[in-house]
Amino acid sequence: MIGGLFIYNHKGEVLISRVYRDDIGRNAVDAFRVNVIHARQQVRSPVTNIARTSFFHVKRSNIWLAAVTKQNVNAAMVFEFLYKMCDVMAAYFGKVSEENIKNNFVLIYELLDEILDFGYPQNSETGALKTFITQQGIKGQTKEEQSQITSQVTGQIGWRREGIKYRRNELFLDVLESVNLLMSPQGQVLSAHVSGRVVMKSYLSGMPECKFGMNDKIVIDKAGKGGVTDEVGKSDLGGGGSTSGKQSIAIDDCTFNQCVRLSKFDSERSISFIPPDGEYELMRYRTTKDIILPFRVIPLVREVGRTKLEVKVVIKSNFKPSLLAQKIEVRIPTPLNTSGVQVICMKGKAKYKASENAIVWKIKRMAGMKESQISAEIELLPTNDKKKWARPPISMNFEVPFAPSGLKVRYLKVFESKLNYSDHDVVKWVRYIGRSGIYETRC
Amino acid sequence: MEWANQLCENRQFGSKMTDSKYFTTTKKGEIFELKAELNSDKKEKKKEAVKKVIASMTVGKDVSALFPDVVNCMQTDNLELKKLVYLYLMNYAKSQPDMAIMAVNTFVKDCEDPNPLIRALAVRTMGCIRVDKITEYLCEPLRKCLKDEDPYVRKTAAVCVAKLHDINAQLVEDQGFLDTLKDLISDSNPMVVANAVAALSEIAESHPNSNLLDLNPQSINKLLTALNECTEWGQIFILDCLANYTPRDDRESQSICERVTPRLSHANSAVVLSAVKVLMKFMEMLPKDLDYYGTLLKKLAPPLVTLLSAEPELQYVALRNINLIVQKRPEILKHEMKVFFVKYNDPIYVKLEKLDIMIRLASQANIAQVLAELKEYATEVDVDFVRKAVRAIGRCAIKVEQSAERCVSTLLDLIQTKVNYVVQEAIVVIKDIFRKYPNKYESVIATLCENLDSLDEPEARAAMIWIVGEYAERIDNADELLESFLEGFHDESTQVQLQLLTAIVKLFLKKPTETQELVQQVLSLATQDSDNPDLRDRGYIYWRLLSTDPVAAKEVVLAEKPLISEETDLIEPTLLEELICHIGTLASVYHKPPSAFVEGSRGVMHKRLPARTGSGEGTECPDVGNAAGGSAPEAAPSIIPSQGDLLGDLLNLDLAPPTTTGPTPSTSGMQMGGMDLLGGGLDSLLGGDIGGSPAMGAGFGAAPTVMPASLNAPVGGGLGDLFDLGGGVGMPMGAYIPPKTVWLPAMKAKGLEISGTFARRAGVIQMELVLTNKAMSVMTDFAIQFNRNSFGLAPAGPLQVLTPLGPNQTIEVSLPLSTVGPVMKMDPLNNLQVAVKNNIDVFYFSCQYPISMLFVEDGKMERQVFLATWKDIPNDNESQFQIQDCHLNSEAASNKLQGSNIFTIAKRTVEGQDMLYMSIKLSNGIWVLAELKVQAGNPNYTISLKCRAPEVSQCVFQCYEAVLKN
Repeated sequence: MIGGLFIYNHKGEVLISRVYRDDIGRNAVDAFRVNVIHARQQVRSPVTNIARTSFFHVKRSNIWLAAVTKQNVNAAMVFEFLYKMCDVMAAYFGKVSEENIKNNFVLIYELLDEILDFGYPQNSETGALKTFITQQGIKGQTKEEQSQITSQVTGQIGWRREGIKYRRNELFLDVLESVNLLMSPQGQVLSAHVSGRVVMKSYLSGMPECKFGMNDKIVIDKAGKGGVTDEVGKSDLGGGGSTSGKQSIAIDDCTFNQCVRLSKFDSERSISFIPPDGEYELMRYRTTKDIILPFRVIPLVREVGRTKLEVKVVIKSNFKPSLLAQKIEVRIPTPLNTSGVQVICMKGKAKYKASENAIVWKIKRMAGMKESQISAEIELLPTNDKKKWARPPISMNFEVPFAPSGLKVRYLKVFESKLNYSDHDVVKWVRYIGRSGIYETRC
Repeated sequence: MEWANQLCENRQFGSKMTDSKYFTTTKKGEIFELKAELNSDKKEKKKEAVKKVIASMTVGKDVSALFPDVVNCMQTDNLELKKLVYLYLMNYAKSQPDMAIMAVNTFVKDCEDPNPLIRALAVRTMGCIRVDKITEYLCEPLRKCLKDEDPYVRKTAAVCVAKLHDINAQLVEDQGFLDTLKDLISDSNPMVVANAVAALSEIAESHPNSNLLDLNPQSINKLLTALNECTEWGQIFILDCLANYTPRDDRESQSICERVTPRLSHANSAVVLSAVKVLMKFMEMLPKDLDYYGTLLKKLAPPLVTLLSAEPELQYVALRNINLIVQKRPEILKHEMKVFFVKYNDPIYVKLEKLDIMIRLASQANIAQVLAELKEYATEVDVDFVRKAVRAIGRCAIKVEQSAERCVSTLLDLIQTKVNYVVQEAIVVIKDIFRKYPNKYESVIATLCENLDSLDEPEARAAMIWIVGEYAERIDNADELLESFLEGFHDESTQVQLQLLTAIVKLFLKKPTETQELVQQVLSLATQDSDNPDLRDRGYIYWRLLSTDPVAAKEVVLAEKPLISEETDLIEPTLLEELICHIGTLASVYHKPPSAFVEGSRGVMHKRLPARTGSGEGTECPDVGNAAGGSAPEAAPSIIPSQGDLLGDLLNLDLAPPTTTGPTPSTSGMQMGGMDLLGGGLDSLLGGDIGGSPAMGAGFGAAPTVMPASLNAPVGGGLGDLFDLGGGVGMPMGAYIPPKTVWLPAMKAKGLEISGTFARRAGVIQMELVLTNKAMSVMTDFAIQFNRNSFGLAPAGPLQVLTPLGPNQTIEVSLPLSTVGPVMKMDPLNNLQVAVKNNIDVFYFSCQYPISMLFVEDGKMERQVFLATWKDIPNDNESQFQIQDCHLNSEAASNKLQGSNIFTIAKRTVEGQDMLYMSIKLSNGIWVLAELKVQAGNPNYTISLKCRAPEVSQCVFQCYEAVLKN
């Protein structure tokens, strides 16, 4: 298991060091600094073995987190734990930065003592942790409170405490998708997928039982064959603005927050859970079929002699004309030996950014089924560098108000038998946002 | 601390109190200041001071001097302060064991606190303090906490058992904690179950043959139930444990798979990978024609693909594992090629791994896409990545025959770019393509020859030379080309030289007329001017061949070559099987078995995939099925040679502790050496010895592997016999046994008096005890236990007091001891702390044993080795002692000493003074060499001792004195 955990700043100074196992000596801290942080050549793997000791590291801005072990540990678990550690710290004091870490080092030690025992990760849900790890310390808890804390920390529903009360029961559902695309210069889709997340903010009293439904192809097909169930058609959460009239979508794979009953999903494909309080990610999913690609990029690059490049890029929006895309940015890479650039664009603003080796073209808003164009002349310095310019792909950023996968929320039902509010009393909000992930067109 | 000063300013700015101020003081005298603050009456000030101490500790300053002051702050009801003090204790207790005892009381008290959080905190911290005296006190509170009403305390106590086991395995066994831990697997709370599983799995790893994790269908069922309910981390512990189970038949295997598959949808990638591991392993047992088998295969693909949208570090772990899975079961991901396409912004480690998998998945169906991608990658910036991409194109050509032509033309395009490393890499792979498809693509040779001058890497030069030699008849100026290489023959690397030699011989055989001069030139270069034996030998062979029988030479040199295989760099199947059993772990990331990078006895077990068993067979004769299944993972003898890590294996074998053995040498010595330091103290220890004196190295390393469980027979076996041959010494039974002394007076032990001594009889160390009951009541239930000690002494069996000991009764018991117990250096070295229990109480005493009982029977060193070793041990390690008033002549002294396994190797008389050279070997493999000067008529002997571990010298001297004077 994890033998020790160190946090360093960008210079390699130790901010936090906690050793859990006897086989990790004090020199391990220095070994990592010397061999990884200060290494002459950039380290090319997140797992490094130095003198039979393995180091796992992740970086957050310029903070290094390193876990160290001498055993054959579960590597995936160690990384998941390091990410979790970052999340927990962020939940307690915001950004993981050198200053914040130093300002909260006592708290961090306290957390590290709680969430790792002898190198074994323990309950790391911030909701539960915050009930008893506070910088004020626990004072004046009654016996009931104490046992409630311990049963929550160890219990089946570690993510929610009892006795939550809201005057107004409300929940917000955000369907956040990022579209990823890799397109050949000829306009052929090399790979495309949507990775989506359903993020929920729930302010519900008691221990509500929730059931979430979407237009999952498997569920709809089953329902279609086996007669209409009571859920179909009862779409009290319609709205949003998907463009196509697609009835259902094929989900390649999905993963769920730990509150979702996985065995139930596996057998009935229904998503039921008792939600954590506040904001959390309910599920992640991935689709690859019938994706709506909101934009198409058509590049044209011509090399005129050895000292000049002519670039023309056309973008076309491909969704309902009534919808507006926002924050559109097209990034056209330029060679390293660029000496000057002239740009002409019909819409938005374009600028050559020498420090980033790219022409950045920004458009605030653009409606569906429109088209826009940019042309640029790039002057090059003559070089005798034999190596050809690698021609990095043209990338794009944008935000659209629909789900490019076609996913629709069909319902989210809330049942709380002990308190007297029903599903209808809960105010529900749904929002769809599609963003660009890695959206690239080769040129 | 630069940042500390900067933060100091921050503090003055804002009124907000932050922790960073504790990092500020760097002045001299701060320890004194802190001391004063720690002893302050004000609570707040105390807390502040402790925080400062912790901050200094973090930065690496030594604040151990404040130990007593910090411990004084421990008794507080402020939980935050308490936690800080505990943190300090965990860091420094080991260096101040005596002081740490001061803390025990508070710990024990806290373990009874009404607040479960404090009880858990106390037991958690106590387990982290590796001081023997504290562990003694830990047992009782731990026992209570394991049965605590609060699940939070129980789950903490479960992990604490693993901690205690790490400190003192024997204690955990003797106290029965393992059984309590096993009971916790049936606990009602899922987190308690998960932690108990984790603790048991870890303990079981260091006892490979124990049946600690007694997995059976009932306990598996409990685990599967807990799996649905516990935290994500708990699920990982349980899944990793499940993966060690071998189901009885395919039906059980299927039902477990069915209950594990829902985990594939978990958001935590580690849960997913561990579930994949269980499924991959149990699938082996399912018949392939089963519908469920196909369903399972289909279910595995999506979650594996989803792992690729995780953070890059996890992607890396996932990709390394997918690489294994694809080799084992290519069908799972055969349609998913696209997801492995490299993204421009992927970190380099992800890119390289993706490329590997792309090649493995390449097939006729997707080759066009793959090639287009690879061509794209070959224009990227990162040199390693580009090289790998070019090489990948070549591998595609070899793997998918239909694509070969396209690959060759792609490679030619790349050669046209003239980018130096691309060209070289391309030529290397084209050579392989030629070998795979002879007489097909030779038309490109002309293009290759154009780039001859730009090749500067040996591998590429060698490849090019091979091509020229192989196709000499089609290249008009082959002789000129080869001749041009010959000019700098001596500066070339061996690889190129060998290739050049062969190529010119080939050329000569094909065009004998015009190249005679050339071939003579190269043969003389290779045979006369080179000092590389490989090159010389090859040169001579060719020369002889050509001069005796040119026809035979033709048959040999121009023989048809075997085709090269399609798949290169596949992992060897047995290793692959083992790695599949380690999916998700470091082993799967390194693609090495755990024994290659884990020290000690952990991970020695080579895991295996289960064999397929039909259910019918299983039900008919369950025993057979069970035995076959059960024995599979224990098939230890069939060891896979682990990546040249022979030493590691040797060690591992040694350390697997035999249960009841006589003294096995070397074990504890190695542990002693290998305890600290990153740099593999083990390796350097062994390596050094072997380098210094080969025979001794063998004595250290090999003896125990030959007979790891040599029972009470006199140690030595084959090797020992070898040593004995030199002297042909019999074994006089005159070993010295010190008189019995009272170890535990009746006053201190509620009427139980213990006296005793130690003896070595026929190679077995025995502790001879006399127990006297001076109390009024009967004593029963005797048990004995040792604390960790310098030579790993431990009782080899229970204390045999069969009948109750009545008042005023005395009983003599002799207890055989082994030397494979846990090791810790004691002061004095031969100190032994013993606990004896009876129905009344537990009593502690300590005694000193004569080190002579650790002298083993095969301690006679060969003269040559003795000489070399004596010289090899630095003079600093030599110590001299005087033995006074000894009236023996050298002969008698030598005989007497031999009785105690101190062997005289040689005798020399110089100017009336006898010099005796002797060797001693301790049970842990340490050798002591001695030179004894005896002068006739002088009752004072001088003795010089030399040893690699000089701290034993004093004890050895005492032995000499005791033996010679009695």
